[in-house]
Amino acid sequence: MRYMLIIHNDETHPLPGGPGWDELMTDYAEFSKQLASYGRPFTGDPLMGPDTATTVRVRNGETLTVDGPFAETKEWMSGYYLIDCDDLDQALRAAAMVPSARFGSVEVRPVAEM
Amino acid sequence: MLARLIGILGDFDLAEDALQDALLSAASAWPLRGVPDNPAGWLVTTARRKAIDRLRSAVASDRRHRDWRELSIAWDTGDGSEPIADDRLRLIFTCSHPALTLEAQVALTLRSLGGLSTEEVAKAFLISETALAQRIVRAKRKIRQAGIAYRIPPPGELPERLAAVLAVLYLIFNAGYLSASGAELVKVDLCDEALRLVGVVVDLLPGEPEPLSLGAMMYFQDSRREARVDAGGIPITLEEQDRSRWDAAKVATGLALLARAQETGRVGPYLLKASISAVHVGAPRSDLTDWTTIVDLYDRLLEWEPTAVVRLNRAVAVAMADSPAAGLELVDDPGLAAELAAYHLYQATRADLLRRSGRLDEAAVAYRLARGKTNNIAEQRFIDRRLEALAAAAS
Repeated sequence: MRYMLIIHNDETHPLPGGPGWDELMTDYAEFSKQLASYGRPFTGDPLMGPDTATTVRVRNGETLTVDGPFAETKEWMSGYYLIDCDDLDQALRAAAMVPSARFGSVEVRPVAEM
Repeated sequence: MLARLIGILGDFDLAEDALQDALLSAASAWPLRGVPDNPAGWLVTTARRKAIDRLRSAVASDRRHRDWRELSIAWDTGDGSEPIADDRLRLIFTCSHPALTLEAQVALTLRSLGGLSTEEVAKAFLISETALAQRIVRAKRKIRQAGIAYRIPPPGELPERLAAVLAVLYLIFNAGYLSASGAELVKVDLCDEALRLVGVVVDLLPGEPEPLSLGAMMYFQDSRREARVDAGGIPITLEEQDRSRWDAAKVATGLALLARAQETGRVGPYLLKASISAVHVGAPRSDLTDWTTIVDLYDRLLEWEPTAVVRLNRAVAVAMADSPAAGLELVDDPGLAAELAAYHLYQATRADLLRRSGRLDEAAVAYRLARGKTNNIAEQRFIDRRLEALAAAAS
């Protein structure tokens, strides 16, 4: 089964160049190596901050474009992994290994296979 | 048998339907051809075949979701007569998977492992049958769609997952224990059901101290069922209970279970809590209680559960072992007070310690505070009685 690990962070998360950042990057490199060692397909990327977001809606054929994220919240989606697992327990273990889980939260969602 | 089928098929609903099909087949086949040598094995084998039939007919409409499961059933070629222990254990762990809400864990555990009907479970938890059914449907759907595995957790995860199982069983027990004292007497005995389920876990994991300890704790608690409320339903404190009304057979069962837990040489929170209960049941009169040992046990319990409620209970034990003033000092710790201010038992405990310290006016204030924080009529009347006694002592 495929699962998406959706990483949510708030302002307590280290920023590029700020305190704790280098250590976090080392941990992410280690995490990616560990995922690769399972020999199963995975992908993942960090996202730019919510201040870079633009939200698009189409209503009655008209495209509405708004500056900002879908919802203004104290936590925002900051990255994701898409991993292949035997079951939820495996996915939950992987989620707990995501370095940002120490600061924010990681939502685990099964992919709806169409 | 249902547990075995759920284990094989990986689907609650499919297992229930397939078992139903198999029972229908049995009803028509057995009278004609006689009961097979191994009826259970026959039913499981037939149910498995029926499940494949059901899946095949579903495949046309829903191929991509179903065919992987057909493969896994074909792969399991046992004849269904092997011991079902592992299936039940798998099911127990699945029902209390932390990815499900606690309410769903309880409902699912009672429905799939217990001997109660949906109606009985709903009544016991004071919710409508529809709400309960929905809760179960949602939980089953999540198990299926989120890929929660039917598996006994690996040793590294066992303690944590076992704790979740035991928490569900203790919650079931307490739901029964507390409701029986209220105005609404529930016909269903959740206490007995919880005891039975703990027995199942003990049988399946005989080397684990925590299920044995939880069983011991429940038996100790259950032994006081008759003694803990008066004729009017008002709670009687442990101290004031008539100990001759404690059920000696249940106490003995509890002690035997605790002894078995201690033989494992391992310690856990339930073992410590059961040990505390055992000190109480070991005292023929409340003034003979070995409070120093209880304080020690709470100190060890705090290493496992550093919670405010455990600290509060420890403070009560210190008050008994040492002096009410010593206990009061711990209760008035600012951190503890801040965390538990809204908890009626915190205020009631504080009131009781003030009363014992002779600070009667302050005690009355604290009792009134406690009274405002509980909706339970029996507890309110208990506090009223204390307030009346204080007023009488003052005049």
